[in-house]
Amino acid sequence: MRRRPNYLAGAASLAWLFIVGLPLYVMLAATVQSRSDYSKGGPLSWPEGFTLDNFTSAFDEGFGEYYLNTVIVTVAVVGIVLLLVPPLAYAIVRSRSKVTSLVFRLFLLGLAIPAQAVIVPMFYLISEAGLYDNLIGVILPTAAFCLPVSALVLSGAMRDISPELFEAMAMDGATPRRMFFQLVLPLSRGGLSTIVVFSALQAWNGFLFPLVLTQSDSTKVITLGLYNFQTEHGINIPGLLAAVVLSMVPVLLVYLFARRALVQGLMGVGGK
Amino acid sequence: MTTQMTRASAPRTVTGKSSRPARGSAAHVGRPGFAWAVPATLFFALFAIAPLVMVGVLSFMSWNGLSEPEFVGLDNWTRIFDDPVMIQSIWLTLLLTLLGVALQTPLSILLGVWAAGEQRNRAVLSAIYFVPLLLSSTAVSVLWRALLDPNFGVPAQATWLFGDGNLFGKQSTAIGVLAFVSTWQFTPLHTLIYQGAARAIPQVLYQAAEIDGAGRFRQFFHITLPQLRNSIITSMILMVVGGLTTFETVLILTQGGPGTDTTISAYYMYQKAFKSFDFGAGAAIALVLVVAATIISLVVVRLSGYDKMRGTMEGMS
Repeated sequence: MRRRPNYLAGAASLAWLFIVGLPLYVMLAATVQSRSDYSKGGPLSWPEGFTLDNFTSAFDEGFGEYYLNTVIVTVAVVGIVLLLVPPLAYAIVRSRSKVTSLVFRLFLLGLAIPAQAVIVPMFYLISEAGLYDNLIGVILPTAAFCLPVSALVLSGAMRDISPELFEAMAMDGATPRRMFFQLVLPLSRGGLSTIVVFSALQAWNGFLFPLVLTQSDSTKVITLGLYNFQTEHGINIPGLLAAVVLSMVPVLLVYLFARRALVQGLMGVGGK
Repeated sequence: MTTQMTRASAPRTVTGKSSRPARGSAAHVGRPGFAWAVPATLFFALFAIAPLVMVGVLSFMSWNGLSEPEFVGLDNWTRIFDDPVMIQSIWLTLLLTLLGVALQTPLSILLGVWAAGEQRNRAVLSAIYFVPLLLSSTAVSVLWRALLDPNFGVPAQATWLFGDGNLFGKQSTAIGVLAFVSTWQFTPLHTLIYQGAARAIPQVLYQAAEIDGAGRFRQFFHITLPQLRNSIITSMILMVVGGLTTFETVLILTQGGPGTDTTISAYYMYQKAFKSFDFGAGAAIALVLVVAATIISLVVVRLSGYDKMRGTMEGMS
């Protein structure tokens, strides 16, 4: 029973393709043109020449260092999340302590806290701790704000592990620690990859914490570099757009090679 | 949340046969203690809960970022609610949030239901739709600021469509730009939510409707929309929370301008605290945002439940 094609939705999807595709085309076309060619032809025309100067000049502006800083922040945030969340989710799912169910409620409540809400006291805390303008001062709050979603996603994955498996291991006299390493971790790989991608995206795309908690060039992350580039060279459109493209390359690579994990990580972003 | 709790406690009734299991009895063997949750909880308490408590305290204090904070009672609160820019920012925040919901909801339902179909080209197209989500809010804002530049952007070339081309010079067009850019960035996310939910609708419902002679529109309004109810709630509340905390878009696209015509609350908080160094007033505005976000998130948990959200994720590829 094949149904008639849905013309209305088809038309909407084509219109949307145009709305998404046109800016992406203009962006890519602009980045391979020199500034004068771009000004002459305007944003909508087919590129005249071809040059990679915009990308190399972005690196001259310090993008290499911003990249490195962003990688450090991202790796550290993912590391903290992977260290803290699996034991937490294990306790949430398996522990019978009343304290753990309170903890679970605390993290559910944590879902409601936007970063904007705590940025003023965070500035106070980080300054008092002597971590202002230090990457560690960006890493710690960014990781903390990844915890609620990660805990929910991973405890959801662990809950799907069949109770019989735990009972079988308990029969063999396995300790909670052995169950954790031999049963829980291997069987929640899907959830683990989701929280890795989710927290990596949060760290890579994070803007507010770096904006407020750092100031010098040596601690700048990519998003902040983009913002600075925009305020300082706002009229160098090809250069600016090349910087935008550079900022998304790693995410694009993850998208190409681990689409499923990325989509689920992004849904976590939306759940925030 | 309720469903999740029930599920968590389900094994209890299976194994915990005795009403009061003694320590070391079968029911307790192999159960981790709460100690496993301690490191994460302490970390979260220090970097999220403590600042949240402090934002409340700071809202009753005067602090310029250098001297020691000083207690000033309700001063910040009376000041922000006497401030016409603050009152205007609340209305602007609500307006932008509502515009976002009104634009994105019908669009993403339409696209999501369409993308849930089977044809091969839909998979390719949905992969392209998805690209805006890969960009950070910063990158999206910088991209659109460049594209809409009054002198070097698209409006300068397409004057037949954009008139004088300065979209950032008038309140109405500046708000339009902000609403459009948020829609551009977030429609793909909501489309994904609806795509997953639409795939989960049992085909037999449509077959039955077809036998009864129901046309496409009746099928959409009587089967598809009611079946998407939970996703609509989840997605709308995500949009509302996202709308309340919009910040980068305003900072980069309009700087709250022209004048203070697009100064929404989150941006005003940033300006008060980190540009005027009036951290007390900033904290008070932040608290307004927390209260709004908390009320809405409690509604999220009540109405839709987080596991339903995960249920829609399972249908995704």
